[in-house]
Amino acid sequence: MSQTFTSKGLYDALVQAGHIIPVGVKGVFGRGPVFEDVLDRFEQLVSRIAAPDKARKMHFPPCIDRQVLEQSLFLESFPHLGGTIFSFTGDDAGHRELNTRIAQGKPWADLQTMTDVCLTPAACYPVYPTYTGTLPNDGALVDLVGWAFRHEPSDEPTRMMAFRVREFIRLGPSDVVVPWRDLWLQRGLELLLSLGLPAKAEVAADPFFGRGGRMLAANQREQKLKFEVVVPVISHEKPTAVCSFNYHQDKFGSTFGIRTKDGKVAETACLGFGLERVVMALFRTHGMSPGAWPKSVREVLWT
Amino acid sequence: MQDKIRKILKEHGRLAVDAATLTETSDLYQSGMTSHASVNVMLALEGEFDVEFPDNMLKRSVFESIASITSAINQLKN
Repeated sequence: MSQTFTSKGLYDALVQAGHIIPVGVKGVFGRGPVFEDVLDRFEQLVSRIAAPDKARKMHFPPCIDRQVLEQSLFLESFPHLGGTIFSFTGDDAGHRELNTRIAQGKPWADLQTMTDVCLTPAACYPVYPTYTGTLPNDGALVDLVGWAFRHEPSDEPTRMMAFRVREFIRLGPSDVVVPWRDLWLQRGLELLLSLGLPAKAEVAADPFFGRGGRMLAANQREQKLKFEVVVPVISHEKPTAVCSFNYHQDKFGSTFGIRTKDGKVAETACLGFGLERVVMALFRTHGMSPGAWPKSVREVLWT
Repeated sequence: MQDKIRKILKEHGRLAVDAATLTETSDLYQSGMTSHASVNVMLALEGEFDVEFPDNMLKRSVFESIASITSAINQLKN
């Protein structure tokens, strides 16, 4: 492909087409109607492929119990990405102080108190504590779409602070969880290839914080715990992850007391399609007007 | 050196077994050390022995046993 891929080029083209709506802060933007239509159709495609699995549907708001974030050791791995919700809990005098400081452009963070909730850092996090106890014989399978927050302001349109993920979560013994992950790795790749996206799968690692994080990332790669399906969106050399597959081993099972029928600690895995990233990959690959996309792609999405 | 390593493993390794019962070649991951715990062990070893593990040594095999840790520290000290 001779097209030059740049971050700014894609951002400007998406804004120009009305697909994303700037709101004045990096990493956050609105979505236009065509963007949302493509996103909905992609989600419906995923639903058609996943239908035979009969997963349990769940819906959660974009915030979770702070204790779940703490127990999951999210801040041990990603202190720089977490979003903790603070709010005002003071009295009238404190309120006047707050108003004054905001009017004067002075710092006011110390007048806020940490609440019991955090922004959800990964769409699957609310699921695990709901399965504390013993799983059914064949484990459990959950299907959800949810918003995730990561504090990583960026000019790159593909690196959002708030984004949606269509996620499936499998809980059970390892001889169920690992083959399920492998099945979806193949399904995910085939699905994206069917949309004319030059997708490929690769071993990946999370952006863990600091020197300790480099060790965690090396461990993750060595054990092949994370795979991503990547597509060139803002760069050919560094393609963008549009689908991510994570095998947690017994991390969530032991943290939240999830057991299999035979009493062992359950293992878990999840996979998530980054919905906005898939849509951007489609716009980047096939152009900003879905009406002009190749017939083969339209037939898959507009069925 | 091994006594100091055992002490660090006891304090930071989150092991499911008593660090005193480990042999030199016992697999620390099999003994319950998680990836997160191995990071804390690594940082404590750096503090105790005044060394810094280069990126190419920040991997599972270096921290999998008392013997492998001993070997890595000796290599860094020489």
